[in-house]
Amino acid sequence: MGNEDRRCAADRRSFLNRLTLGLGALVGAAMSIPPLAYVLSPLVGRPPRKWRDVGMLEQFPIGETRLVQFQDSTSTAWAGATAKTGAWLRRTGEDEFIAFSVNCRHLGCPVRWVNDAKLFMCPCHGGVYYEDGEVAAGPPPEALARYPVRVVDGKIEIETSPIPLTTSDFA
Amino acid sequence: MNFVKRILVWLDDRSGFSDVVLPMLRHVVPDDARWWYVFGSATLCAFAVQLISGIALATTYVPGGDAAYESLLYITNEAPLGNLLRGMHYYGATAMVVLAIIHMTQVFLHAAYKYPRELNWMSGVVLLFVVLGMSFTGQLLRWDANGVWSVTVAAEMAGRAPLVGPAIAHGILGGETVGGSTLTRFFAIHVFVLPGLILAGVGLHLWLVLRHGISEMPKVDEPVDPQTYKEEYEARLAKTGVPFWPIAAWRDAVFSVAVMALIVGCAIIFGPPALGTSPNPSDINANPMPDWYFWWYFAILSMLPPELETYVILGLPVVGLLGLIVIPMLSNQGARAPSRRPWAVGTVVFSFTALVVLTIYGYRKPWSPDFGVKPLPKEIIASDDPGIMHGAALVHQKGCLYCHEIDGYGGHRGPELSDIGQRLTQADLIIRINNGGYNMPSFAASLNAQELADMVAFLQTRRFSPSPESRLETDQATPSSP
Repeated sequence: MGNEDRRCAADRRSFLNRLTLGLGALVGAAMSIPPLAYVLSPLVGRPPRKWRDVGMLEQFPIGETRLVQFQDSTSTAWAGATAKTGAWLRRTGEDEFIAFSVNCRHLGCPVRWVNDAKLFMCPCHGGVYYEDGEVAAGPPPEALARYPVRVVDGKIEIETSPIPLTTSDFA
Repeated sequence: MNFVKRILVWLDDRSGFSDVVLPMLRHVVPDDARWWYVFGSATLCAFAVQLISGIALATTYVPGGDAAYESLLYITNEAPLGNLLRGMHYYGATAMVVLAIIHMTQVFLHAAYKYPRELNWMSGVVLLFVVLGMSFTGQLLRWDANGVWSVTVAAEMAGRAPLVGPAIAHGILGGETVGGSTLTRFFAIHVFVLPGLILAGVGLHLWLVLRHGISEMPKVDEPVDPQTYKEEYEARLAKTGVPFWPIAAWRDAVFSVAVMALIVGCAIIFGPPALGTSPNPSDINANPMPDWYFWWYFAILSMLPPELETYVILGLPVVGLLGLIVIPMLSNQGARAPSRRPWAVGTVVFSFTALVVLTIYGYRKPWSPDFGVKPLPKEIIASDDPGIMHGAALVHQKGCLYCHEIDGYGGHRGPELSDIGQRLTQADLIIRINNGGYNMPSFAASLNAQELADMVAFLQTRRFSPSPESRLETDQATPSSP
């Protein structure tokens, strides 16, 4: 084999090398990108918020704070009990309500309302909130999140919301 | 040659078993590689338990938000051997975590990560973190209230990451809230992704063991010199080495049998972890707790100053992973004997002490309010005064006892109040209750003047009162006046 033939063979091998690697990358991308996009799809687009009926006006005496349960907006057919969510609902006036998220702003654990002490308390790391949701003690960096509430024809409705995430200061 | 033998010979010839696998099994290992070296194979044995019991459980477990809990109830209470299998899967996971840590500690103490086995160590570190990932995702598949709230906590922690935090959090949840897509995600990760990574990692790890050989027991007069190590190692093996199969392997087999006996024994005697209440995110009576191997981390997060919390949540796993991976890069030659590496021994002692103390703390969780505390009984109140009795009732009603202990009743988040009457004056008590203090809320809005007066009156009665025995001892020890 002459020098020219050897050079041609080397060029051919180099070309085939790149061709095979390129086609392999193409096949890899074709099989990976759709599944990856599928897995990441929950990050794109937000489900529409929905107003959920949580009870009649007369069920909530003024000044009392009660736990209400309702379906969230992203529920799938197989979600079962996990489609439920809760809020601490307080009637503050004739037609006025405040709905606090049950998620502690520290790490999301479920806060409890201690009526005699007028405090929300978290069992996980001891976060405490005052009646208005402001932080009273412990590690929570922010006040309890609130859900939008409205009264329609004597029915109280809460608008579904995402789990409140406490993002970092440098986010 | 009978028919069966001919088939076996044919299979051996075509598969190359005798040519490829047997030399691997009979590779020469140091003759002093004895009981110290059984932890790696035992970890692999525990992983095999997880694979086999996991496949069996997956034939019945339904990874749907609406049916997972019920299918677990069925597996636990009705399915033949279901309770045993769940127990084996749980204690197999525990064994895997414990054995991986012991194996890693032994490798670290013997400096077996030094030249030429740096990559063995690094692949092992990655495997340890994947195993911890398996444990965490497995806990979530126990789709009870604890599982649901653990996912929420994981999403909240991820949400603290800069810029991409919310995206990661929603990726974990499979949406903006816990729902049907959450469990299926964790199921896929637990059953396909992480076991796949472990199998690949174990393959690499074992290949590296074959490539570089099993390290010898460290000796003071045999420091690692990359220039000469391989020749010296080969020379020593040629002189004193023994075939792994069966001279060394029998110890692995014996220890793996002991591990299996422990896993099955625990599964039979203690059973699987009890399922909590159903996975209802609106059930606020849940008290989320990770499985025991994460209690130390749970404790750290609970005791940190809030301003450091985000850095630790995000930084500790990354620093832990990178810190362990770079160990061979910091020192891949020199002494291997623990007696010549006091810092290494000190690091292990400190790490294990911290791990044990934090784990105990995580179990006791003194930072958590005690919502189940009972009202103070009469013998503790020790007064018939109506105001004082009312004050004693109020410290329970107003939640003081959730965080403060009085004579054995109450939580431990705040200071004990058993002798608060000696430490604070009436005025101090009023100011503290009204205004609150460090980590204590103000009660000014939830106590009227009479309630405050009664509560303070009760707290002023809380004074140190020695038991009759100790009083007698004190009297005897005090010299009488001349």
